[in-house]
Amino acid sequence: MNLDFTFFTWQVVSSFVLKGLVFSVQLTLIAMVGGIVLGTALALMRLSGKPWLVMPAAAYVNTMRSIPLVMVILWFFLLIPLLTGKPLGAEMSAIITFTLFEAAYYSEIMRAGIQSVPKGQVHAGYAVGMSYGQTMQLVVLPQAFRNMLPVLMTQTIILFQDTSLVYAIGAYDLLKGFEIAGKNFNRPVETYLVAAVVYFVICFSLSMLVRRLQKKIAIIR
Amino acid sequence: MAWDWQVFCKETTSGDVVASCFGKGGDITYLDWMLSAWGWTLGVAVLALVVAMLVGSLMGILRTAPDKRLVFIGNAWTELFRNIPLLVQVFLWYHVLPSIFLSLRGVPSFVLVVFALGFFTSARISEQVKAGIQSLPTGQRYAGLAVGLTLAQTYRYVLLPMAFRIVIPPLTSESMNIVKNSSVAFAVSVVELTMFAMQAGEETSRNIEVYLAVTGLYFISAFAINRVMLGVENRVRVPGMIGGKA
Repeated sequence: MNLDFTFFTWQVVSSFVLKGLVFSVQLTLIAMVGGIVLGTALALMRLSGKPWLVMPAAAYVNTMRSIPLVMVILWFFLLIPLLTGKPLGAEMSAIITFTLFEAAYYSEIMRAGIQSVPKGQVHAGYAVGMSYGQTMQLVVLPQAFRNMLPVLMTQTIILFQDTSLVYAIGAYDLLKGFEIAGKNFNRPVETYLVAAVVYFVICFSLSMLVRRLQKKIAIIR
Repeated sequence: MAWDWQVFCKETTSGDVVASCFGKGGDITYLDWMLSAWGWTLGVAVLALVVAMLVGSLMGILRTAPDKRLVFIGNAWTELFRNIPLLVQVFLWYHVLPSIFLSLRGVPSFVLVVFALGFFTSARISEQVKAGIQSLPTGQRYAGLAVGLTLAQTYRYVLLPMAFRIVIPPLTSESMNIVKNSSVAFAVSVVELTMFAMQAGEETSRNIEVYLAVTGLYFISAFAINRVMLGVENRVRVPGMIGGKA
């Protein structure tokens, strides 16, 4: 068959694809920031040593990590309106879902990061008179965060790829933008190919950046 | 709200409750449908895992080969399949490949999903296998070559037996991921668990019961794979290595 990409003009890109790209990026950034904040809190809970904090955090993280993301997306799309009593758009539902879902994955990374900081650092913090909160905030977390930066970024690339799964509830993301453009011009084959190339270019360049970052951090330490 | 678990005993077309919960004759209940969907999920996952292990190991080995061109092939393969979202890859297999290669026209979507998921996961497995081989001291490779083994024999008898044992734990988590990732097959109308959850939930309006049951089955499947892999890990353990139970 003949591939014909001529219909792919700036007009098409700006009216179908850009809207989806904006949402995918928005979703990735919100879920990344929210997920890292929540995930750090979950990691601190799990490392606190107090059973009433450890158990709920561990249960939350393990449950989220055992269910397919598509099912989690469907669950939240069903449950949030039931709990709040009013219907919620697919886009908003996706933002809440991804933030809460990614928190579980980021928390595992942060937990490893916190555990990678030598114990002496904590003792040093206490020795100079800092409280637990201050030691964490000023001594441990900055180092943990820095050690784990490449891994956190890699997880964010995976997060960006996973945003395509909002397909299940029909939210308008990058993939959906391509799909609608393909349907309108009856050129699904070309649009899926272009979609794959666009995702590849974005994710590949980001992972190259992460690799450079990794080298940079490795030299300083 | 009240639970209504009887929904699983309903016949799918008429909506009548069947006493035994299993349909008779050509009729099926939602329970029958769910169990068959579970079968599709496991079928996709297990077959994709076989594809992923074979291709992933091959690519991982190529990436440690002395020949630069082989390394390049392995690297290119891994980057290609790692940097495109799984759902987009599934669409490529389903919509794009059959219209370019006409011979793929009649291939059922189940087979296409198995390859999509298998190749996607092969990129991750190639990373693990490569890391496993590289974690061995270089001296092992030289020792193999020095006693007169060919490169292929060195891999077969010296490097791979150790490397595979080392990477079993990460391979276990990839195997569990593949069960979860098989859920994207819903997008190309393979009637697996997620597809069942969406359709049965809509037909019966008992989404919560249906989702709970499906989520439970995903838990059980991932747990079962975890146990199998632990069994493998214990069976092939090298005596005297860390990580074994003595």
